[in-house]
Amino acid sequence: MHVVLVGAGIIGLVTAFELHSRGVEVTICDPDPASGASHAAAGMLAPASEIVWGQDPLHALMADSAALYPQLVGRIEQVTGKRPAYRQNPTMVIAAEQADRQALEELQQVRQELGLPSEVLLGSQARRREPALASNIAGALVFAADHQIDPRSLTAILVEYFDSRLVRELVTEVLPAGNGRPAVRTAGGRVIDADQVLLSTGLQQIPGTPALPLRAVYGDILRLDIPGHLQPLITHTVRGLVHRRPVYLVPREDGSIVLGASSREDGNEMVSVEAMYTLLDDARRLVPGIMDASLREVIARARPGTPDDAPIIDRIDPALVVANGFFRHGVLLAPLGARLAADLLLDEPPDERTAALGLRRFATTDTRRNLG
Amino acid sequence: MMTKTQTHDPLQIAGVALDSRLVMGTGGATSLATLEEALVASGTEVTTVAIRHYAAAGGDSVFAMLERLGVLALPNTAGCYTARDAVLTAKLAREALETNWIKLEVIADEHTLLPDPIELFSAAEQLVSEGFDVFAYTNDDPALAQRLDDVGVCAIMPAGAPIGTGLGILNPHNIATIVNRASVPVILDAGIGTASDAALAMELGCEAVLLASAVTRAHNAPLMATAMRDAVNAGRAARLAGRIPKRDLALASSPAEGTMQTLAGQFQ
Repeated sequence: MHVVLVGAGIIGLVTAFELHSRGVEVTICDPDPASGASHAAAGMLAPASEIVWGQDPLHALMADSAALYPQLVGRIEQVTGKRPAYRQNPTMVIAAEQADRQALEELQQVRQELGLPSEVLLGSQARRREPALASNIAGALVFAADHQIDPRSLTAILVEYFDSRLVRELVTEVLPAGNGRPAVRTAGGRVIDADQVLLSTGLQQIPGTPALPLRAVYGDILRLDIPGHLQPLITHTVRGLVHRRPVYLVPREDGSIVLGASSREDGNEMVSVEAMYTLLDDARRLVPGIMDASLREVIARARPGTPDDAPIIDRIDPALVVANGFFRHGVLLAPLGARLAADLLLDEPPDERTAALGLRRFATTDTRRNLG
Repeated sequence: MMTKTQTHDPLQIAGVALDSRLVMGTGGATSLATLEEALVASGTEVTTVAIRHYAAAGGDSVFAMLERLGVLALPNTAGCYTARDAVLTAKLAREALETNWIKLEVIADEHTLLPDPIELFSAAEQLVSEGFDVFAYTNDDPALAQRLDDVGVCAIMPAGAPIGTGLGILNPHNIATIVNRASVPVILDAGIGTASDAALAMELGCEAVLLASAVTRAHNAPLMATAMRDAVNAGRAARLAGRIPKRDLALASSPAEGTMQTLAGQFQ
């Protein structure tokens, strides 16, 4: 069995690792592996603090996938000899004002139903645990099981491990199976035969494959170096709502902080000044000490968003499977997405969770009415 | 004059007739799918979209969704702080969406998000002179509303309360004054928190209500959209029906003079 994976973002790479673990031969095609959304992502593994109203199907997927991370990280270390930068530090969600606190606490019932542990803190209690927090906060929630991984470390380990299986070329066409085997054609003119093809190309559509209902949702994200004398500035991943705008600060092992992230649909591929200003202003409101940081990097990438924010994992034809549209949750959902995609590729008995992730759920309803 | 149960009562605005008097906004929804459910539940026929925040072309965007639903897109200049930026943003919208409609927002500061009256008036004057149908988001100031009316906007859209606060209509008297003097439709814009706020706006005589956060940020957005649709309809009907005057002392609804006996005497 030979699977060609088109797209070496975190979904393609982790699925390749999953298939490889099951004894399947893999080839991965990508002109620039792990350079898209995975390169920008902060890597919060935060099913509890990601919960919002009206996305119930996504909540269970996030919780299931987060639970798979310790095992995935362990297997990657065992197979490659390298350990991804995975940190099991807790997450603290700050409410800047009373209305923010109310909005946060109203979601507690949803978290409890999913069995996600949480703890409600007064502002003063939160500041005892994170003394760098601003004095004027209204309260906080702590999620002990919301962790983080540095996606760059994870993808770099897998890119290196699969180096000999990686074709660093753009796929220009997926050739249909017809009577024989399917194949992909690369920009360099190579034709690679396969038994199965997996498409995880984000917003890039490959000719010969169906158009997916995706839109570009840009995220701006900053990486800050914290001066040695202030380290560690924070020990929790600190998230917050400031005037209802979400902001997060993720502390890395080296003392640096990842600060994100905007959600823009304005079509601007470059870093947005407004987004960067707002992120810094909101982050400063929660953790004033970030004003002493140095700006190491600022980057914007497009996330592939689906209409309902849940991914598409579906078989398109007898030789073609798609795993795409992971939107803001690509890193968190990678272990579960990889398993579900591998099951589809290998014709394993279908997982009931996959049924809800099919492309058919977006079949468009008829126009409600036409205005003259 | 309607004497029976209201059947057809379209809103006439900027050359179109609309059955729905609920104008929706798009900001704050957790997903496009949830937004779509809410828009359908609201029955809206016009929805406003921030032209600075959403690219008009490309992918399964919010504009593509509105087109599929048959909902008219009303581009807005949210996020503009000067008349110049608002005018240029309106022109961008006209080019991208091929519409003369623009909901004009010129914000004074990021904390209140209240309109800057001077920049607003200046932008409205320019845009009207360039052929735009200007839906002017304004403070609940009857004097400014009158000036906007005079300069030729096609709708006056006073804030009930600052955007996103959900505080309802803070000064019903001012809204009523604006309604009573306006020569164009008045649409209550911003501040709606729950259904009774929307009903009150219509009872005060507004021709329509615009809201976003109250629905998109509700726990169950489609259900709140249904509540808003019903509230707007109820408030409109109550306005047309004519409410009873308020009195200090009780007045029995079934007075002795109203018995069949005396009525029979009257209708002989």
